[in-house]
Amino acid sequence: MAITDTSPPGTNFAMGRYKRRKVGNTITMGLAVGAAVFGLLWLVWILAVLLINGLSAISLGLFTQNTPPPGSTGGLLNAIFGSLVMTVLGMLIGTPIGIMAGTYLAEYGKGTKLAEVTRFINDILLSAPSIIVGLFIYTIVVVPMGHFSAWAGSISLAVLVIPVVVRTTEDMLNLVPGSLREAAAALGAPRWKVIVQVTYRAARSGIMTGILLAVARISGETAPLLFTALNNQFWSVNMNAPMANLPVTIFQFALSPYEDWQRLAWGGSLLITVAILALNIGARMLASIGTKKGQ
Amino acid sequence: MVDMAVKASDISAESPRARTQRRNDLLFRGATLFFALLVLTLLGGVIISLIHGALPALKAFGFGFVTTEIWNPVTEKFGALAPIYGTLVTSAIAMLVGVPVSFGIAIFLTELCPAWAKRPIGIAVELLAGIPSIIYGIWGLFVFAPFLQRTVQPFLINTLGNVPGIGVWFKGPPYGIGVLTAGLILAIMILPFITSITRDVFETMPTMLRESAYGLGATTWEVVRDITIPYTRVGLVGGVMLGLGRALGETMAVTFVIGNSHRIASSLLAPGTTISAAIANEFTEAVGDTYTSSLIALGLVLFVITFIVLSLAKLMLVRMNRKAGT
Repeated sequence: MAITDTSPPGTNFAMGRYKRRKVGNTITMGLAVGAAVFGLLWLVWILAVLLINGLSAISLGLFTQNTPPPGSTGGLLNAIFGSLVMTVLGMLIGTPIGIMAGTYLAEYGKGTKLAEVTRFINDILLSAPSIIVGLFIYTIVVVPMGHFSAWAGSISLAVLVIPVVVRTTEDMLNLVPGSLREAAAALGAPRWKVIVQVTYRAARSGIMTGILLAVARISGETAPLLFTALNNQFWSVNMNAPMANLPVTIFQFALSPYEDWQRLAWGGSLLITVAILALNIGARMLASIGTKKGQ
Repeated sequence: MVDMAVKASDISAESPRARTQRRNDLLFRGATLFFALLVLTLLGGVIISLIHGALPALKAFGFGFVTTEIWNPVTEKFGALAPIYGTLVTSAIAMLVGVPVSFGIAIFLTELCPAWAKRPIGIAVELLAGIPSIIYGIWGLFVFAPFLQRTVQPFLINTLGNVPGIGVWFKGPPYGIGVLTAGLILAIMILPFITSITRDVFETMPTMLRESAYGLGATTWEVVRDITIPYTRVGLVGGVMLGLGRALGETMAVTFVIGNSHRIASSLLAPGTTISAAIANEFTEAVGDTYTSSLIALGLVLFVITFIVLSLAKLMLVRMNRKAGT
């Protein structure tokens, strides 16, 4: 132990040293408890503010009317619709790609250089700033098309989905015991059938957890939509045109000077947060069901 | 496993069914390989598209782009120094506040917390990670910034503001929004990331080591300081770097509260900007190729910085896992 004793030598040498160690321990452990309280305080503060401001904005009109011009009442119908459409499309594009790539990493690429590099790159993509993804899709989709569009928004969300799904798929497939695969192979099943009908099934709840987490991740993303889907004041189902969406609407309305808009921004924030927390908790429950079955 | 299909097909080489299966096998393998390569090209695509988009600006301003502070859309003169400075300073504040608190929470969770409270507190901290950054932004703008403006900032100005040396950081009027506010919100946002990694890393430590230290009469703090932290050092640094990667690239929360001013002020209470906030704010309104290209060049700078930080983080965590595996 690195404690250097400066107390005078004598009979109380051991006692003084012991006391000091004890006091030091109490102080640092007190700080650790304080840190935990401090951390939870923010969660409570943010959620409380969100609930108070959000609940007062929730009404039937929020779900049945489109975003209003400044100074009049309205809702978030077009933004909610646009967010749902682009999230679903982003998932439809990103999930199969992620599952297939994850399958390669877990089943075929084990120990190869290619898999190692892909895994590394995937982890970088997983934590890369989402605004960079927005810039990327802007250059490869928006510029060639010549205008902002819901397609571009969906694709940029898909790019965010892929690394999450790759990661969880690989992890979950790795958890499936090799004996299951060998048993299926011994019955004469070809490799692809072993993977699709045995391994996928065994890892199903884990892969679903990853998909839910991916939905949670993209449903609050704002930065990649800012210059891909842009936003739209009006109801639009045209995938080739800018589409309204909750996060960008919240961003614009919150920074506006109009009180009606700010209230709508709080309402939208509450909607998104509730949806994401529900997805997170759902994913957690699904994962715990999966591990219980596996035992 | 790989050559199993081949061997199986050798036995019944002529059977048409076996041939179909072998073809399916190849197709499936090829498809998974294709998508794995797609993930690889994704990153390559990001780099190429950023460089391509940034070229006009880099040609026009050269290396001076990252060393000049001027940002003038009217005269089309752009320099990235102010956003780079803002990004680094806000992240530094976030790390200074966030890392010790995260370590504290992780120590609490692994060493002190009663078993029944471990799961709920762990989940609560992770829920904090799930809240989207735009929520932190709207909370920061309407609640946290006014709170700082009323209470913390006047206090800082009256106390630390008079201290020679560091006083310049805390001078000027309390705007509420500004570099310090953005840094503090980032600190809250990276808490759950660093905490959960730190906790996981702490748990890789063999119980035997910890128990032997307790057996020798060490206090909890001595075990943490002299056994746990040295043993898990590499993983801890990896976790901190991962948090730093988040802080550097965080966009929306910062955009709400930083004030968006392309000026390097000596005071932390003054408004500033970061790379991601500048892009988020100005990109759709950017008129002219040089302006757009300069913003993409900013994105390139951000990407290079985060790429380096994340790579280092990843390498350290891999080293840590290898150690835990043996």
